[in-house]
Amino acid sequence: MTLTKRDRARRSHMPADGTEHAAAVERAQREMLHEGSSTSSVPTGERGARPRIGADVLCEALLRQGVDVMFSYPGGVILPLYDILGDYPQLRHVLVRHEQGGAHAADGYARATGKVGVCMGTSGPGATNLVTGIGTAMLDSIPMVAITGNVPSALIGKDAFQEIDINGITLPMTKHNYLVRDANELPRVIAEAFHIARSGRPGPVHVDITKDALQQETSAEHPSAEEVVAGLPGFRPTMDGNYKQLKLAAAEIAAAERPVILAGHGILHAGAEAELLAFAEKLNAPVAWTLLGIGALDERHPLAYGFMGMHGWKHVNRAIQSADLLFAIGMRFDDRVTGNVRTYAPYARIVHVDIDPAEIGKNVAVEVPIVGDAKRVLATLTPMVEAVSAEQRAPYLEQLAGWKRESEASSWHGSGAWRDGQLSADYVVERIGELTEHEGIYVGDVGQNQMWLARYAGFRHPNTHLSSGGLGTMGYAVPAAMGAALGVPDREVWAIVGDGGFQMTSQELMTLVQDEIPVKIALFDNKKLGMIRQWQEIIYAGNFHSAHLMGPDYLKLAEAYGIPSMKASTPAAVDEAIRFAQGVKGPALIWFEIAGEQNVFPMMPAGKGLSDLIEEWGTAE
Amino acid sequence: MTVEQPAQPAHTAPPPRALPGGGQSRLHRLVAIVVDKPGVLNRVSSLMRARNFNIDSLAVSRTDRPGLSRMTISLHGDDIAVEQAAKQLYRLIDVLKVQDVTAEPTVEHELALIKLRVTDANRGEVLKVIELARGRVLDVATEAVIAEVSGSEAEVDAFIAIVRGFGVKELVRTGAVVMARGAGSIEEAVKR
Repeated sequence: MTLTKRDRARRSHMPADGTEHAAAVERAQREMLHEGSSTSSVPTGERGARPRIGADVLCEALLRQGVDVMFSYPGGVILPLYDILGDYPQLRHVLVRHEQGGAHAADGYARATGKVGVCMGTSGPGATNLVTGIGTAMLDSIPMVAITGNVPSALIGKDAFQEIDINGITLPMTKHNYLVRDANELPRVIAEAFHIARSGRPGPVHVDITKDALQQETSAEHPSAEEVVAGLPGFRPTMDGNYKQLKLAAAEIAAAERPVILAGHGILHAGAEAELLAFAEKLNAPVAWTLLGIGALDERHPLAYGFMGMHGWKHVNRAIQSADLLFAIGMRFDDRVTGNVRTYAPYARIVHVDIDPAEIGKNVAVEVPIVGDAKRVLATLTPMVEAVSAEQRAPYLEQLAGWKRESEASSWHGSGAWRDGQLSADYVVERIGELTEHEGIYVGDVGQNQMWLARYAGFRHPNTHLSSGGLGTMGYAVPAAMGAALGVPDREVWAIVGDGGFQMTSQELMTLVQDEIPVKIALFDNKKLGMIRQWQEIIYAGNFHSAHLMGPDYLKLAEAYGIPSMKASTPAAVDEAIRFAQGVKGPALIWFEIAGEQNVFPMMPAGKGLSDLIEEWGTAE
Repeated sequence: MTVEQPAQPAHTAPPPRALPGGGQSRLHRLVAIVVDKPGVLNRVSSLMRARNFNIDSLAVSRTDRPGLSRMTISLHGDDIAVEQAAKQLYRLIDVLKVQDVTAEPTVEHELALIKLRVTDANRGEVLKVIELARGRVLDVATEAVIAEVSGSEAEVDAFIAIVRGFGVKELVRTGAVVMARGAGSIEEAVKR
């Protein structure tokens, strides 16, 4: 064939004409235009009749890891996977409406079950849409594997259609991430990703796979668990506390007269609830918990003292401020917990137990650092400490009990109506807790609803309170509840969400319907961004810019999606509405019209200390 | 056991809790052994940026062991802050070993190339000064010479101060590499 002058001119624009690289780019470009890109010529369902490709390896690896559901959205470069997904009916694929919803659903699944959640998306926008969900999982240490497709490897770096450097984007917000260009690496990478996600301090791992790797034929074997560990010499989490440090901790505990145990998310991650209980009971020491530590101890237990921090109970913060020892375990002294560190727990020495050495000494200086897994540390430490009887501890515990009675009495709006006569949000939360007998899973969104939930629902079990604590991601509740409901079908799952957060991810209502996921949504509508309004009222001199937001007619919205719904605007209507939702087999939505100007108290203004709580605010009416 | 608040009377405020990392800032040298694969340098530099540590210099190279690279990270901070940086580095899966060798006896070396402006009139003087100041001349051209100097950071600083007066057209420094004195070996300490 002879080339015309024009042809030659055009071909000369190809990189390094005639080389192997140029040929690969050409192939990849044809692929992108979907010429001959079908993965297999045989129909699906006949796995044995076609070659094993990278996408098969991925599915096999997911099954080997015990994955039973993944939340995903297809797209151009990840289609080779969808082409063979039908051959793996054991892998339930939930088609979300937006990748962010998929990431939150994987997160909710992981929090509710303790297993690794899996979400997937295509390259470019599919991948960037996952980012908020990955960040949410990172800040809350949630085991998650996020998988994305990427453009064929020869096109990487060429700004191909839907190409973005997603590895570069997820790098600072994942525990680890991978770019896989060769199907032969997939078995090892997927096994490593799950191992890293769930071991030590859990966290999200992102695996980016090029389209050609998904399509490439391979006979690569899956590694054993031992091979995976051996292949990661830089990842050896410290599980057992150093014995010398434990001795020091025991001495601190023996010397303390006003100890407070601060329980965090690490207790739940480690499954250390029984060990925490035994430890607290042996010492007769009160237990306070962080937002994500809710459920570490049954709230009915006499030593269960309460939720700490910015919107925590006054008595809890008071106990921390007067403590002579903080035994902090599986928590990281977040600024929402400490307020101004200078004035935090001024009389207390601190023993800090965490599995991540970098958390110790990061936010507060501590007297006794212990690196280790919460369960193992408590199991070793409890026999080393001297028991303190309830009698010995009585004067202290009685004082604390008095403080608790006082602060609960002052903050309880028992009538169900707020002072303007409108429905009080904390009452609704309390009723949801009661009517579900505290046996449900409660997924909070972010803002006032989140704090009301943490304070008033009454938690009895670990992993039944799901909340975006670290990143504070509005729009979290509905999709996360979706994941939780699929992971734990025998618990009733409630999403407690404000009208602001609801409008961020309400597209997932359709996923609930299509996949028949029975999430009950309690929509708290004050026609405001409530926490924004609260801050503006208290800190920004009542300049309520952008705090008021409109919403649709939520009954009509629910109806359009085919979701049974009901509205409740008075205390008297609350119970009936909750029971209505409970009676619906699938998803249901309750529209609670709540007081527009109710604030969450107490509140510690940012930059202030735990002793500077605002308990009530003048003229909100 | 007391029921009262701790001993201090109510009107004396307790002393403020010390913040971690409020101490004296000084130059630290971290040596890190990392897995030699693409992207590791990016992970390290991205982490230092995200965690608000300012790197003075960073030198990377292969080691004698296949698959292992070595980084020398120089940064300013107080002891606690740098300890935090080291702990954060350990969180990276590809980082195998980190050592703060600031307080240890070490050999420290850095190399610099300096292109100096010269004229026919002062070329001889410039070459003489470079030699006296223990530099080495690598290239002589009609209007410039390139000098090389190596040594500790202070020695390199001193050399540059001496020749600066001739006019620096271009300057490049490798950043320090350090090695602890004695028989100990960070490479051997890496568990594989």
